[in-house]
Amino acid sequence: MKSQTLTYREALRIAIEEAMNADERVVLLGEDVGNYGGCYAVSKGLSETFGSNRIIDTPLSESGFVGAGIGAAIGGMRPIVEIMTVNFSLLALDQIVNNAATIRHMSGNQVSIPLVIRMATGAGKQLAAQHSHSFENWYAHVPGIKVLAPATVADARYMLGMALKDPNPVMFFEHVMLYNESAAIPMPEDCPDMCSALVRQTGTDISLVTYGGSLPKALEAARQLAQQNVSVEVIDLRSLRPLDTGTLFRSVEKTHRLIVVDEGWRTGSLAGELCALVAENCFWSLDAPPIRVCSEEVPIPYPKHLEDAVTPQVAKIVEAVLGLLKQEIVS
Amino acid sequence: MQTDISKKHTDINKIHMDIAHIKFLFKQMLRIRRFEEKCAELYTQEKIRGFLHLYIGEEAVAVGIMQALKPEDAVFGTYREHGHALARGLSMDKVMSEMFGKVTGSSRGRGGSMHIFDVEKQFYGGNAIVAGALPLAVGLALANKMQNKKNVVVCFFGEGAVAEGEFHESLNLAKLWHLPILFVCENNGYAMGTALAISESEQHIFRKAQSYGLAAHAVDGMNVVEVESAASQYCNSIRNGDGPCLLECKTYRFRGHSMFDTQLYRKADEVDEWKSKGPIKKLKRWLEANDKLSADELIEIEDEVAAEINQAIVFAEGSPLEEISDLYLGVYAEEES
Ligand SMILES: Cc1ncc(C[n+]2csc(CCOP(=O)(O)OP(=O)(O)O)c2C)c(N)n1
Ligand SMILES: [Mg+2]
Repeated sequence: MKSQTLTYREALRIAIEEAMNADERVVLLGEDVGNYGGCYAVSKGLSETFGSNRIIDTPLSESGFVGAGIGAAIGGMRPIVEIMTVNFSLLALDQIVNNAATIRHMSGNQVSIPLVIRMATGAGKQLAAQHSHSFENWYAHVPGIKVLAPATVADARYMLGMALKDPNPVMFFEHVMLYNESAAIPMPEDCPDMCSALVRQTGTDISLVTYGGSLPKALEAARQLAQQNVSVEVIDLRSLRPLDTGTLFRSVEKTHRLIVVDEGWRTGSLAGELCALVAENCFWSLDAPPIRVCSEEVPIPYPKHLEDAVTPQVAKIVEAVLGLLKQEIVS
Repeated sequence: MQTDISKKHTDINKIHMDIAHIKFLFKQMLRIRRFEEKCAELYTQEKIRGFLHLYIGEEAVAVGIMQALKPEDAVFGTYREHGHALARGLSMDKVMSEMFGKVTGSSRGRGGSMHIFDVEKQFYGGNAIVAGALPLAVGLALANKMQNKKNVVVCFFGEGAVAEGEFHESLNLAKLWHLPILFVCENNGYAMGTALAISESEQHIFRKAQSYGLAAHAVDGMNVVEVESAASQYCNSIRNGDGPCLLECKTYRFRGHSMFDTQLYRKADEVDEWKSKGPIKKLKRWLEANDKLSADELIEIEDEVAAEINQAIVFAEGSPLEEISDLYLGVYAEEES
């Protein structure tokens, strides 16, 4: 069978459509998902197919409709809640952290919350300091929820369905710079489980670990470094909670060096957690200190040159790799 | 809902508006309209980037409200705030430069279209989180009250914002603490593509405010005179210590929500109908019908406005970008030595 080429956005739409066709309990709710077609046009056309009973336009009430999604999941539905962007999810943080993440445990495992909360994340569109955050790590800090960051079109196509089958609340992060990416779609059986990390490119000199919108940058850096005879292994985490530490540790044990690329701010970043995990578990395999390439600790500025200076870029990643390879082991 | 202009004439008399002032209002609205038409052009040329939300069609609200304010009064806006910034008296040069992301912009270029600030003008942004500014405005009004200042705080927001908890929390706090604040709801009927009818169980916004005990009513937001008149009365009562008020201004945005909007959610007829009662058109018609605006005068006003806009573009184009070495500027206050 010929494989289909889709954009990341289309892949998500097809995944939602498929889930809604397969299971009547699946509904999509969020701001402007219906009449407007979704702020990033993911749900365009779906309200015509499924009607306003299942593609539900909500008022601007993030805390209210995310909480309602949690309640509907408790009541036997399989809601997909779309929050326009991660910045606005902060208005619903209370519902996600205090309710979605806790109720199963604090009820003594009586209550199940099979819910997917999707949202756009990340910088790169010059949307300035209130629209460019990467808070994936805030959510990955919280036990009781799962956190996914599909970085490829194939993952957009298949991970959403997997998330919907999961009996837990799953946060689903779509980097804004990925929506227009396009690629051929593999068969479902070729898409691994949503919680496993993937080696996107094998290499021997250094492990470059990343997720979401930073994956294309890491792969481009690896390509440029290959021309300088540096062999980079690129790992895409895919799931930020739980973390597939097995894949991570195996890679570092092979390459002996780790750089994590993460669009979150450096202090308290997921990159920091990965470096700590590797330091704790692979210390004796390391030939150099683990390094973070993160965003500069500045609210994201509007002008392009400053936005680029804040967020991780290919040149910065290349420089970090070359710098690390130069470091001698002093014993 | 629409009142005709002759009724406005009585309003005009009531607040002693002279023709010179009405022409001033006309010019202010035209400045905003032409400025934003130019911004749309500059956006397609990629001089302005990010999100750009045009206020075209709603100019009477900002222009009308600002007339009731004194320089020491404070203003909070949304991401659709170019018009408010200009009407408040920010220099067009600085506003344009901000949109270009230049260091001479009102926020050093850091904020762009959605985050225009000018503390000298008591203009506190430029807030892109819907309803995010309401609690801040309440806090500033609290500070004014605690320091025995007679200043008014004005907070603008769209009708979409009233669905957020912060709207309700803010109105309650304002009334509970008897604060000198005017809430201005710009009810343009849509929050992005979501019509008021599908987002609110009670569609009269002013009634929500009344339920918290605020003085509140709705006006024709396409009529600058009516807006100014209502705002003046509310500001007087706030300055008298009578507590918070809310003015609902019924208006319409002629353009998409932002430059990305394909406007699938509304019909062209509806847009055309509202355009026919646009605030500038309406006032122009009235001025002309009363022989208060000659063709020559109109050309003169248009020319002045065009010259100001051209100058602003020259200023923005010629201004430098921030040095990357200054990236960390303004994250924290500079150390006091
Ligand atoms: C908390 C929050 N949720 C969602 C958004 C995205 N958004 C920006 S403007 C807007 C519509 C707001 O409508 P309204 O308040 O009526 O103002 P208008 O744009 O009509 O002036 C939405 C949904 C946001 N900026 N902040
Ligand atoms: Mg609106």
